[in-house]
Amino acid sequence: MFTLKIARLVQFTPLFLASLLFSLTSLTAPLAHADSTASTPSPMGKPLHSGSITRLAPNIYPNGQGLPDGMGLAKNGSVLYQAQCASCHGTKGEGATAQALIGGDGPLSAHDADKTILTYWPYATTLFDTIARSMPPAAPGHLSADALFSLCAYLLAENGLWARDQPMGPKELAAIVMPNRNGFVQRFP
Amino acid sequence: MSTFLDRRVFIEQGLRLSLATAAAGTLPWAQAQSEERSANKAGEMRSDVLASQHKAGQAFSNYGMPSVYEKRVIRLIGSNRMVSGNGVSWTPLESLEGMVTPTGLHFERHHNGVPDVDPARFELLMHGMVARPLRFDLAGLMRYPMQSRLLFIECGGNSNAGWHEEPMQKPVGSFHGLVSCSEWTGVPLKYLLDEAGIHSKATWAIAEGLDAAATEVSIPVSKLREDALLALYQNGERLRAENGYPLRLVLPGWEGVRQVKWLHRLEFTDQPVMSRNETGEYTQLLPSGKAEQFDFVMGPKSLITSPSHGQTLGFPGVFEVRGLAWSGHGSVAKVEVSADGGQSWSTAHIDGPVLPQCFARFRAAWKWDGKPAVLQSRVKDDHGNIQPTRARLIAQRGRNGYFHYNAIVSWAVDSDGTVRHVYA
Repeated sequence: MFTLKIARLVQFTPLFLASLLFSLTSLTAPLAHADSTASTPSPMGKPLHSGSITRLAPNIYPNGQGLPDGMGLAKNGSVLYQAQCASCHGTKGEGATAQALIGGDGPLSAHDADKTILTYWPYATTLFDTIARSMPPAAPGHLSADALFSLCAYLLAENGLWARDQPMGPKELAAIVMPNRNGFVQRFP
Repeated sequence: MSTFLDRRVFIEQGLRLSLATAAAGTLPWAQAQSEERSANKAGEMRSDVLASQHKAGQAFSNYGMPSVYEKRVIRLIGSNRMVSGNGVSWTPLESLEGMVTPTGLHFERHHNGVPDVDPARFELLMHGMVARPLRFDLAGLMRYPMQSRLLFIECGGNSNAGWHEEPMQKPVGSFHGLVSCSEWTGVPLKYLLDEAGIHSKATWAIAEGLDAAATEVSIPVSKLREDALLALYQNGERLRAENGYPLRLVLPGWEGVRQVKWLHRLEFTDQPVMSRNETGEYTQLLPSGKAEQFDFVMGPKSLITSPSHGQTLGFPGVFEVRGLAWSGHGSVAKVEVSADGGQSWSTAHIDGPVLPQCFARFRAAWKWDGKPAVLQSRVKDDHGNIQPTRARLIAQRGRNGYFHYNAIVSWAVDSDGTVRHVYA
């Protein structure tokens, strides 16, 4: 009996060891998975087709990237401005419930300097980008490319930065060098 | 003279009060007790306090609201007369305690209102300089590992009344309250960056919201990879509409304008877009005439919320000076308080936990002798950054910086106990 027991014990030892190993693994496995940052999550992104991207409001970069085709004139922009913008920005762009868009006193080193498109904004493309995506507030994002170029031409002409009768398109807008173009010190990078 | 005391003073005085010794008349709290007694000659408790024990209370509620007696604790709104959705609402810091801002009192800054975004139709898009342009619906986003962090969010324009010639006489929340602190839970953005395969030359991402200004800003990809969160939850529940429902970009320690609400798009590029909110606005004009751009981190800041403007101390005695401190660079390392306009300082107690880019609630026991005093606090963070005096900030940055004002705030306590804002 005794010898048999020993034999059976020996016989079962590998199984015992295996089961012991298994239970250890099952103990440690949940701990390893608990560190979610160590695991690579299942990818949940679906392909985004280029056709969808063209439906987005373009980001307009200083080099003109993102600007649509189109052409505008200051005289058309003037009409649009009075109809859509003047109620908040003033009939002469002097500012009212919204910021002034035309004029502004410097120099920027004066403590009461105006920070306007004329005195402060470094890029003309920002004007197009801002109007295109956010103006007028009651119905933003509906102005055509030609309307947007016309408004830019008007505002830049009133600020003395564009010839009033010259048509403005993407190339012309991106080529404008604003007075404060080099006025910014980048803290990043 | 008025002095800061060891915090144990509260415990000791409490004990002495409970003993109701003959010395009680000399202690402020005991004095208060005796005044109340003389007002109530019988020395008996109010008879009407037990009324609620004698009638059934209100029923259960599906969603709890603040007590009806706290209706005055609200966000004050400052918005454009013609465009009501353009403006801010302020967190009433003077009425709050602890380090977490109640969700319904988290400050707001909107450019054209709060959009109504249907979660069933929502998608986050990633495109531009990526190997795989991708879109993610909310169900997909929910599958990723999440992270919760307690973080402050502060508008880059918070406290800008500090640049004014004269100190603004408003409650502390009404000009410093464009800062709030919440627990934000969401998906670390780094997972999605890896999935889309960001081009090695794509150093910037243009983040855009679904609001009616299609607000867009440029964000370095390095920050997105480091610790950006795609927040889905705020203080345990899904985001409130005014805080970006269903998805908000959270960038620990950075100015609020970067932490785009209703985030629906990231375009990866090799250049910033130079949007209005990073050129004409949210840049800091220096006395030289040059302006600082892409100054992302909100500097170390602290302020005393109690006592603060509009509050009254009443009779002299011991008060707990309470306030908030935070730094976008890291954790609050030390908060000091002064009652003499910054001539001498005492270390305040900080309630835990002290977390990076998070509010810290500080406290100090202060014995007011009834004479005029000027209360201040200043914070030092664990990166060695120290909150500047107003004089130093203006000497360095002039008067036209407008954004990122973080100078020491001064409250003058007059001999009659009124508290007002001063420059000291």
